[in-house]
Amino acid sequence: MRTEATGPAPEMPEKHYLNATYGIRSWLLTTDHKRIALLYLASVTFFFFIGGFFAMMIRLHLLTPNGYLLTPDLYNRMFTMHGVTMVFFFLIPSIPAILGNFLIPLMVGAKDLAFPKINLLSWYIYVVGGLFTLWSMVNGGLDTGWTFYTPFSTLYSNSAVAPAVVGVFITGFSSILTGLNFLVTVHTMRAPGMTWFRLPLFVWAHYATSIVMILGTPVIAITLGLAAMERVFGLGFFNPAMGGDPILFQHLFWFYSHPAVYIMILPAMGVISELIPTFARKRLFGYHFVAAASLAIAVIGFVVWTHHMFLTGQSTYAAVAFSFLTFIVAIPSAIKTFNWTATLFGGSISFDTPMLYAFGFLGLFMIGGLTGLFLGALGVDINIHDTYFVVAHFHYIMVGGAVMGYLGGLHFWWPKITGRMYPEWLARIAAFILFIGFNFTFFPQFILGIMGMPRRYHTYPPEFQIYNVMSTAGASILAIGYLLPMVYLTWAAFYGKVAGDNPWPATGLEWKTQSPPLTENFEVTPVVTWEAYDFHNRPDLGLDVPAGKGSPGVVAPAHGDD
Amino acid sequence: MQSPLPTFPEQASNFAGNVDALFSFILMTTLFFAVLVTLLIIFAAFKFRRRSEKEVGDDVHGNNVLEVGWTLIPTIIAIGIFAWGAAIYVNYRIAPTDTLDIYVVGKQWMWKLQQPNGRKEINELHIPVGRNVKLILGSEDVIHDFYVPAFRVKMDVVPGRYNTMWFRPVKTGKYHFFCSQYCGTNHAVMGGWVTVMEPAEYAAWLSGESGDVNPVSAGERLFTQFACVTCHLSNGTGRAPSLNGVFGANVLLADGSTVVADEAYIRESILQPNAKIVAGYQPVMPTFQGLVTEEQIGNLTAYIKSLQSQPVPAKGAGIAPSPAGKK
Ligand code: HEC
Ligand code: HEM
Ligand SMILES: [Cu+2]
Ligand SMILES: [Cu+2]
Repeated sequence: MRTEATGPAPEMPEKHYLNATYGIRSWLLTTDHKRIALLYLASVTFFFFIGGFFAMMIRLHLLTPNGYLLTPDLYNRMFTMHGVTMVFFFLIPSIPAILGNFLIPLMVGAKDLAFPKINLLSWYIYVVGGLFTLWSMVNGGLDTGWTFYTPFSTLYSNSAVAPAVVGVFITGFSSILTGLNFLVTVHTMRAPGMTWFRLPLFVWAHYATSIVMILGTPVIAITLGLAAMERVFGLGFFNPAMGGDPILFQHLFWFYSHPAVYIMILPAMGVISELIPTFARKRLFGYHFVAAASLAIAVIGFVVWTHHMFLTGQSTYAAVAFSFLTFIVAIPSAIKTFNWTATLFGGSISFDTPMLYAFGFLGLFMIGGLTGLFLGALGVDINIHDTYFVVAHFHYIMVGGAVMGYLGGLHFWWPKITGRMYPEWLARIAAFILFIGFNFTFFPQFILGIMGMPRRYHTYPPEFQIYNVMSTAGASILAIGYLLPMVYLTWAAFYGKVAGDNPWPATGLEWKTQSPPLTENFEVTPVVTWEAYDFHNRPDLGLDVPAGKGSPGVVAPAHGDD
Repeated sequence: MQSPLPTFPEQASNFAGNVDALFSFILMTTLFFAVLVTLLIIFAAFKFRRRSEKEVGDDVHGNNVLEVGWTLIPTIIAIGIFAWGAAIYVNYRIAPTDTLDIYVVGKQWMWKLQQPNGRKEINELHIPVGRNVKLILGSEDVIHDFYVPAFRVKMDVVPGRYNTMWFRPVKTGKYHFFCSQYCGTNHAVMGGWVTVMEPAEYAAWLSGESGDVNPVSAGERLFTQFACVTCHLSNGTGRAPSLNGVFGANVLLADGSTVVADEAYIRESILQPNAKIVAGYQPVMPTFQGLVTEEQIGNLTAYIKSLQSQPVPAKGAGIAPSPAGKK
């Protein structure tokens, strides 16, 4: 359904950021945000496949109640290393460090991020942290769970906790630097005419994410630092025998890690807020509300952390208060979902692959978010806390939501990043396989949770088998779904059909420059005179704007230059 | 439960029905919204599909009435769900007073459970149907969690403190319990069975061949063995307050505040005696941290509790008059 360029097929521009300079040094010492994004893409993909390998081992082992594949200790290492890799080395950096890095300067009309060298530094920090953690995985492994609960992690585990924790500690600084870079860029480097309320919602979402990164990450750094000191030097911060408190660790851990779940989902929401208007050729419904919802999530997300600890014996009334706040934090996500849905009405909807991912995101994120209500309800959490219900809940959000958003975004901007199109039909089939495989893998886990199967079990009573078999079967389909895009996107980067500047067409500034862009992004600094997603005042897109197609009655007050 | 695709386990405690009712209520409400939104999406995707390549959609900014509506309605429903959930939870966290108290100690990777009369079990729990049961949970090493799906209750078992959980089994039978907080290598096999029996059967089982001493007399012996008795004279004339009647009472502390002497307080008094000093006494009590095991603390606590029934001596300094309405 793409608008095919009439006239001669588009050609690759002669000069762009990929061929501006050559050689390994020109990549490893680059300060171009677009090249750094590609460095991140390579390393994050590497970790994704390592994490995926661990996941496959887990699922294969759980095919039978007694699991013959792994020993208990190995199984425990698999799920721990899966979680650590996926959360800290894949999900947290994925959208911000790859798509955000590539797109934010383009979207605001800047030449680069505010601090290009710090941007490169953040990638090196990420790599060093990743190497530490990888090293721990091959030298003793890690078996604490990604949550590192004390006193197990500090006093009892026989695995390489200290180097792994140091790796995660180090990587945290790369997120802090990325967040800082985004905030400063958005504040100071917007092109003339790019007012706050003309920013694409992708930028708003990253703005909110950056706040969480900067405020939250230092807390996890300190927490893991304390845990490492307790383990290595025997300082008893969390050891009750020395007057410490193991629950204190959980407070500190979740004070970061609940907001961190929003670091993972907010950027994906930002992607969806780009995809839906583009493929519905219509402004995003309730732009201001969606922008405000991102900020609300970032702020309220900081005051719900003990909902992970309702059954640790925390004060009864504290639990009640935190449960209340948990329900409040769900509201902005609901608002976003309603606005995305409303955007479809009156649109001109096409079903290109990125839009299929957006539809997938809507369905799966909805299930993930709504099941959060079950967990946030204290009375129900007594039963399903720490069961497979929780596992299913957060996979619906983090895989169904965040990863779908990430893949949708990758397809959408692939023509911009590489200058070439991916194969459309193959991509649609892959999106479909992913959707089916995903639901097969994780839906049965909700039922396992209801039946009472605790999480992190290497063996289970036989009555739970049927759903575990389904889940493992689904995971195999899912694995194919992930391999496909990896293969054809790489292929397309070299051999795909040349895309042209704006194949969809979309309204963002990133589409006003050539694909792939020049190193300095724009030949002349763009001047912005339109609002985000305004298809009606963009004759440059070459679309048919019928006179009087706006629907009277639902038109909000006109927006000036806010 | 023999269905090929099982779902809910049996409802075998007083909480099960209510927890499931709330679960079903949330399920119905969320399903309603999820189906509604999904149908709207499908409808829109079909109705507003692109008909010609260069077509654009309508020029609509938004609608403030809709925004307010879809903010308020979910908020109201969410608060309703919250309130129901909180009511169940508060009821669960505050145990009634007439409970059958069972000490549960978790350690990597087994459970030791002790009945009020001292009968010990490993990875098995026998209880009478229809009686309120309170589990007093302690850990010897890492955090565990005691979870009985058929009762819909769980609670973390945390080293360095007591947590309690309560429930009333309403159906005889045998039910799985699990460790539900990851605790290392054999976490997955750290479970067992709860057997709920008719009261008469339970009584017979309880008095059956049991070589174990009951925790009160074990505690009494420890009280002498650790020389507690040299300071804590029962008539209140020693260097330390008499412990008669202290359990459950309000204790007046040196800093003027008061504290209810519950299991956690007794435990703290033994392990960190200087954390709270009883008014009128010197902080001379040595710490027993590292000298007593979890089980021994349990026994000492049981003994101190048993002193409840004996008269409080007139010089029972430290015990403040109970305020009205104290549980
Ligand atoms: C050297 C004397 C001494 C010994 C031995 C001793 N205590 Fe104490 N204990 C005290 C004093 C003095 C207090 C009151 C001051 C305070 O709160 O620390 C006290 C307070 C307590 C309290 C709080 C009493 C209240 O009225 O609130 C408990 C419970 C207790 N001790 C239990 C024990 C147990 C059990 C042992 C043996 C394992 C023990 N004590 C051994 C001196 C002692
Ligand atoms: C929007 C993005 C969300 C993400 C990425 C997310 C992610 C997660 C993760 C990772 C966990 C499990 C942590 C663990 O124990 O390992 C979790 C648990 C939880 N989530 Fe979410 N969640 C999201 C939304 C929500 C919402 C909207 C709610 C409630 C309204 C919610 C409520 C909960 C609760 C209460 C738990 C704790 C469950 C328990 O351990 O008993 N979540 N979530
Ligand atoms: Cu959370
Ligand atoms: Cu366990």
